[in-house]
Amino acid sequence: MNRATRLALLLLLAPAAASAAMPLAIQAGVLYPVSGPPVRDALILIRDGRITFVGPAADRMISADHQIISAAVVTPGLIDGRATVGLSGLLNQPHDQDMLERSAPVQPELRAIDAYNGGDPLVAWVRSLGVTTVNTGHSPGALVSGQTMVVKTSGGARDREVLQPAAFITAALGGAGVNRAEGKAPGTRAKAIALLRSELIKAQEYVRKRALTDETKRPARDLRLEALGRALDGSQRLLITVHKAPDILAALRLAKEFNLQIVLDGCADAPLVLEEIRAAGFPVIIHPTMARAGDDTENLAMDTAAKLAAAGIPFTLQSGYESYVPKTRVVLFEAAVAAGRGLGLERALASVTLDAARILGVADRIGTVEVGKDADLALFDGDPFEYTTHVTATVINGELFRDGPR
Amino acid sequence: MRFSPARSALLLLALATPVAAQERPLAWTGARIYPIAGEPIADGVLVVHQGKIVAVGAAGSVTVPAGAEVRALPPGKVILPGLVDSHSHIGGAQGGDGSGALHPEVRVLDALDARHASIQRAQAGGITTANVMPGSGHLISGQTLYLKLRDGRIIDDLLIRLADGSPAGGLKMANGTNPMRATSGPFPGTRAKAAAMVRDQFIKAQEYQAKVARAKGDPEKLPARDLGLEMIGEALAGRRIVQFHSHRHDDILTALRLRQEFGFKMVLHHVSEAWKVAPEIAAAGVPASAIVLDSPGGKLETRDLSFESPAALEKAGAEVGLHSDDPVIDSRHFLRSAAIAVRAGMSRPAALRAVTLANAKMLGLDDRVGTLAAGKDADFIVLSGDPFSVYTQVEETWIEGRRVFNLSDPVDRTFALGGPGAGDPRRTPLCCYTSAWDIILAANGALQQ
Repeated sequence: MNRATRLALLLLLAPAAASAAMPLAIQAGVLYPVSGPPVRDALILIRDGRITFVGPAADRMISADHQIISAAVVTPGLIDGRATVGLSGLLNQPHDQDMLERSAPVQPELRAIDAYNGGDPLVAWVRSLGVTTVNTGHSPGALVSGQTMVVKTSGGARDREVLQPAAFITAALGGAGVNRAEGKAPGTRAKAIALLRSELIKAQEYVRKRALTDETKRPARDLRLEALGRALDGSQRLLITVHKAPDILAALRLAKEFNLQIVLDGCADAPLVLEEIRAAGFPVIIHPTMARAGDDTENLAMDTAAKLAAAGIPFTLQSGYESYVPKTRVVLFEAAVAAGRGLGLERALASVTLDAARILGVADRIGTVEVGKDADLALFDGDPFEYTTHVTATVINGELFRDGPR
Repeated sequence: MRFSPARSALLLLALATPVAAQERPLAWTGARIYPIAGEPIADGVLVVHQGKIVAVGAAGSVTVPAGAEVRALPPGKVILPGLVDSHSHIGGAQGGDGSGALHPEVRVLDALDARHASIQRAQAGGITTANVMPGSGHLISGQTLYLKLRDGRIIDDLLIRLADGSPAGGLKMANGTNPMRATSGPFPGTRAKAAAMVRDQFIKAQEYQAKVARAKGDPEKLPARDLGLEMIGEALAGRRIVQFHSHRHDDILTALRLRQEFGFKMVLHHVSEAWKVAPEIAAAGVPASAIVLDSPGGKLETRDLSFESPAALEKAGAEVGLHSDDPVIDSRHFLRSAAIAVRAGMSRPAALRAVTLANAKMLGLDDRVGTLAAGKDADFIVLSGDPFSVYTQVEETWIEGRRVFNLSDPVDRTFALGGPGAGDPRRTPLCCYTSAWDIILAANGALQQ
């Protein structure tokens, strides 16, 4: 193969870049911009991956270079608050399961971006159901299992697809954080907390010594303590999976002791400690509404989202981690159940768009349909949460994906 | 259990008149009724009495009996037959163990807890009849049980009894990767070995049956009793339906081949790849109960699972059911499976049939449950709205004329939505420690004395 042929082949194989994508004009029977009230007969114009116009269709002509797409209902692309897609692959075979490293209980240095496979079919699957961004990464199952990243579901991890390469450090207290194997630490809840406190104190010492003016007294670089150091200074928040009320309180106690910025994940028992959660001021990424109840999650409920909303606690929803079937849940469906069990359509939609974007710290780019924001949309042929409605297309960074209709 | 004529008479009496079931007829009016047996009725009337349906029809065409208690529902309510789940593991179901791949002698009956919270959650999901099965980790994992989800004190209270008094149930079988546990020992390492092991066992059962027949009751000539072969014999004789777990298209065809060779009645379960072999399933005349999962994958043989399998089976002309496989899908989301099947192209009538009549047929219980028609068991549910809407809730579940779930009751509401207490076993007030079966047992005891 000569050089010219190779170059031509490379060009052929290269994915269509958003900059080269045709400008889009989306006509919506109803647009839920989430930043404001619904708009009937709306028009959204998209160029170079961004939204350039949003408003009543009557207010604006569509120039000839736009590809025109119509949908009954248009919403911002949905955001999954806590996923493992891309790390926990479709086949569930050892070669495609990278969500949990069991060699040590505390490994905050494990980056999601070093494991994320945007080409796994489950990434396309959630995209086909309206999900355009996921906070994905290491699963619960170790005291500190690694990190998450915030990434678009367009299939890769190129710069414009990755919103945050190192979003959260993932920890788990309670059943998901202890190691039940005989003789392994941490074997109990209290031991887990003691271990985590010890590690955070080590990290405090490490950070202090790394800042010493005398270079010879600085300790050697330690990726693990560096990562915990970022948790301590708030530059990388801790996502703590907790379900039982005592474990939620333990997480809040830990945050207070080390002045940590945390996000509570799971929280099956949240309705039992609403006051404490609200007082602490941390957001919650609620367990999947259709998760199976049992063990730590025995008290989970389908109306917890409605209860958090009533209490004024910021929250979003998630697909979570599944070890068997279905290999991933879909945040569209989880939000639908919350909508049907007290939250209502618009509040449920906000929880998996703008509220999620705020909690993940990416609301400057995604979460609403507004001029200047990334062109990430979900297109439906009816009420987004009705079981019998279809997702007809998604738009990510101005690129049209027709995986369905599904 | 041996039954004397006196006992049998008592049993029949007890079955014919469920204890304390409505002395007065009960009439429901104002709801949209889906009888499944016929077209939907916009303004329907349902009359039940003494555990049975007396009449179903449009307002004006049904005479409400004098003295009936009338429940006029507000506009928008829907009445469906009680849902029938053809594949569930509620109640703490267990089957065979790791000592072998063939356990036809194992009964799920011996593991079930009538007070298990999962049964109450199933009631909250509108399920009134369920096929409770042992798991799929064996070629034959044991005998399944068809239950009415009555408010029972002991498991006997939930049984559906056949004419001879024995509990109704099927035989659970499986192929594909679940029973292929090891490359050595008692489990098959390959698909062909799995099929050969099953054929071998069924041939043994045929020979056992032939020996029993030849003995003509002579104890000298009867073979030593074999519980497992006896049970396979029930399947071979058509008295027990084989409930066959199968995902991949080639495994489905293997199951059809086994059925053709031995002639047993069979229902296919899960059928993740049914969309690839729907015409073959339909042509074999074998009903299929599909699972609708939120994503494909999780194991190799469900890689190609599709929302579209139920629709493909419907179009091919097969009898299509749906199941929860609880805890795989929580029983409270059972109606949702029908709605997702509609999303993927199934017709609304077929999707409703798939969670009622089709499943009833798969359990051989369609003479009693699965439709709303005069003479059928008074098993029905009241919904707040359209059966396929996410905004709809099951408000009431009735079995044989008794309400077993009421959303406006705070305890029942917890089972419907979750929260502290939703995992607790059912509490039976001391005053209510009686059941039809208790009375039968007490009467039997009295007769013996």
